[in-house]
Amino acid sequence: MSQTAEAAAPVTLTPNDYKSNIKPIWCPGCGDYSVLLEITKALAALALRPENVAIVSGIGCSSRFPAYSNCYGFHGVHGRALPVATGLKIARPDLTVLCTGGDGDGFSIGGNHFLHACRRNVDLTYIVMDNQVYGMTKGQASPTTDPDWDHVLMPGGTGTRAFQPLVIALASGANFVARAFSGDPAMTTDIIIEAIRHPGFSFVQILSPCVTFRPDQREWRNFVRQAPVPETNDPSRAARRIMSDDGFNLGILYRGDRPPYRISRKAEFEEVTAIGKEFLV
Amino acid sequence: MKTLSIAVVGSGGAGALTTGNLLLEAAARLGCYGIQTRSVGPQIRGGEAAAMVRLSDEPIDCISDRFDIMLAMDWNNVHRFAPEILLDENSLIIGDPAEGEVPPALTRSNPQRREVAIGALAKQVRKGRANMIALGVIAEVIGLPDAAVIAVLEKQLGKKGEEALLSSLDAITAGRAAAAGIEPRRLPVNGSAGTAKWIITGNHAAGLGAIRGGIKFVAAYPITPATEVLEWISKALSRTGGTLVQAEDELASINMILGASFGGQPSLTATSGPGLSLMVESLGLAVSAEVPIVVIDVMRGGPSTGIPTIAEQSDLNIAVYGLHGDAPHLVLAPNSVTDCVATTQWSVFLAEALQTPAVVLSDQYLGQARCIIDAPQTLPLRGERLLATDAGGERYQRYAVTESGVSPMAIPGLPGCQHTADGLEHNPIGTPSSTAADHQTQLDKRQRKLTQFDFGDRWADIEGDGELAIITWGSVTGAVREALGRLRAEGGGGIRLVSIRLLTPVQPERFAGALAGVKRVLLIEQSHSAQFRHFLAAHYRLPEDIEILNRAGPLLFRAGEVYDRIKSWSGV
Repeated sequence: MSQTAEAAAPVTLTPNDYKSNIKPIWCPGCGDYSVLLEITKALAALALRPENVAIVSGIGCSSRFPAYSNCYGFHGVHGRALPVATGLKIARPDLTVLCTGGDGDGFSIGGNHFLHACRRNVDLTYIVMDNQVYGMTKGQASPTTDPDWDHVLMPGGTGTRAFQPLVIALASGANFVARAFSGDPAMTTDIIIEAIRHPGFSFVQILSPCVTFRPDQREWRNFVRQAPVPETNDPSRAARRIMSDDGFNLGILYRGDRPPYRISRKAEFEEVTAIGKEFLV
Repeated sequence: MKTLSIAVVGSGGAGALTTGNLLLEAAARLGCYGIQTRSVGPQIRGGEAAAMVRLSDEPIDCISDRFDIMLAMDWNNVHRFAPEILLDENSLIIGDPAEGEVPPALTRSNPQRREVAIGALAKQVRKGRANMIALGVIAEVIGLPDAAVIAVLEKQLGKKGEEALLSSLDAITAGRAAAAGIEPRRLPVNGSAGTAKWIITGNHAAGLGAIRGGIKFVAAYPITPATEVLEWISKALSRTGGTLVQAEDELASINMILGASFGGQPSLTATSGPGLSLMVESLGLAVSAEVPIVVIDVMRGGPSTGIPTIAEQSDLNIAVYGLHGDAPHLVLAPNSVTDCVATTQWSVFLAEALQTPAVVLSDQYLGQARCIIDAPQTLPLRGERLLATDAGGERYQRYAVTESGVSPMAIPGLPGCQHTADGLEHNPIGTPSSTAADHQTQLDKRQRKLTQFDFGDRWADIEGDGELAIITWGSVTGAVREALGRLRAEGGGGIRLVSIRLLTPVQPERFAGALAGVKRVLLIEQSHSAQFRHFLAAHYRLPEDIEILNRAGPLLFRAGEVYDRIKSWSGV
């Protein structure tokens, strides 16, 4: 994030300063309402001016996020939020760039970009509201859905192993890996603050129930718990823990110190007219 | 126009391409114009290679109908080049007798034959190389003076040190001596250098045009034959304060440039057909969100992987029609290597001015041909978009409905103008909307940007007049121009050339003006299904009397066959 933007900001910003007046299309009870509040709280806590923050998304329920914020927003095509955010951050390192979306957008159609965004380690914060379902298209299995979850598109379940986003993120080189629960606003806000502050690519999976197509997820509040061990900077230890937990351990699970993607741009550069002399015979 | 065409062939590592490069450079120093293409076997490294150099006393943009000289360092697989290196009874084949018989595929047209012991001579020179013997032989036959050869060698071999230079010069001297008895085939210029020339490929020229147009950000995914645009521009950006990032695929590269352009930086990527196919969805996003970007498509043979190393004009349909929905955007095509500079620069200018994507349709031939040209004109075209400075006390409307259709764009960082750029249909503020009124308003606005803009005379090259017209586009223009030049030199005028540079938005009034008085039309294009013909028929009023000369790649049009067709068509 931009140090100068933080320093220049007044101290009076509140979460409401980051919200637009557009009413979300989300269903009553959707976890994403809480995430909207948590992100705006985090931005207010960091005193980042709304015009210096850009929120980028793809397609899906949670990808509607940018329009509900009062920051600059980019609502692109399905699965391509991370490349847009990458291009924006490299072109404009002075901005704080968040990328928001869902499990289908990020891990299925956008899966390749997820791997490479982790590898590239550009200073972005990627927040995935994971509800293990395609909500916008009315309830098909997503990459994080359990293999036996029954649906008309794949009766009896997909038979396909659920995607493990945090382990994949670790293996691919993400610099910050955390899991949160939308129904725990205090912890989620703190995690988002830390994720934005941390240099490099920060990945936050937020369990965000879909009460419409996955009413069973109302029970998540009874399953989640603070991870029983403190965060680590050892990716193999973090991976082992994540692979052996039940998916409900919350907290910052890994915080690494890999240097972020280096953006090399000369401060002083040549006139355009100087370019091309090499072609003169 | 006087020309001289030389082919140098040899198997992998023999250095035929180096000989071709040096020949072209030395000729450029003497004031020649020229074009050099190459043909190589399918191997990634090694394999047979042919350098084809055509020199001229006038600017040329077309490969040769026939070759004056073919020099072969060996005959391994050389028969493969027979369809490209056309010989006749006036052509001269120079071969090494130690390499065996000349393949029958090359002798059918009964060319003259001379022998030089290239390999043996190379062994007699300390660290001598066969391709430098070859350069000496050719230099002697075409009358290339030592001074020009030495100047080029010093430039090319300077880094390798004095010893490499001396052994090369010894080899060249030996080659010259061995060629002493061969009757000359003279250079098309007399050695007065005239104005200094440039040597450039179309891919580098497109990169230069991009930089001149103000491109600051490039996302790159390698693909044949577009990679050289990206590799060249990487270095240029590092000198001009820009940035290049290597993407994981073309889906990422186009979306990265969308992000960078949303951030306020003029942005570009370059690709070829398969990459363009992947980018099409996001081109539509650029249209809807009104984010300017430039995509250079260096066309190759398609569909699918097709023929990656050969030009075809068969991406016209996808570039013009590939986007879903009603998505007005810019499609432009350079029609010469030199024009790759100006048309790419213009594309950056237009994309920025109209806040919409521009697709630049170059092709493998333009992209990879090395051309001797006059220094390209500098044009006062620099991409500048209409920026919002503040909301003026009102709610900022990113997609405000304006007379021109262009709305002031706020760049992140500007207080009070936060908005969301959206691929969802939206109202003027940018809020997603599915109402008929908002959809109609925004469709009209985006269309109006293109229909109301004055594109000026640059939309096409129109040369000559008369009741007959040849309509073409892109790289084929070079062969047509040369064929018409031949006809004119023979006193056969009265044929118009219309080479369309701005494909979309279409320009019906300008087109009608260009064809005023024309009764018959010949269309020429490098596409199996005649995509250009169907494009013209869909958008323009054409005379009823239309003929078409079209063919798929990889056999490029040459001036001779175009000339023959024009003659039989026109009766001139």
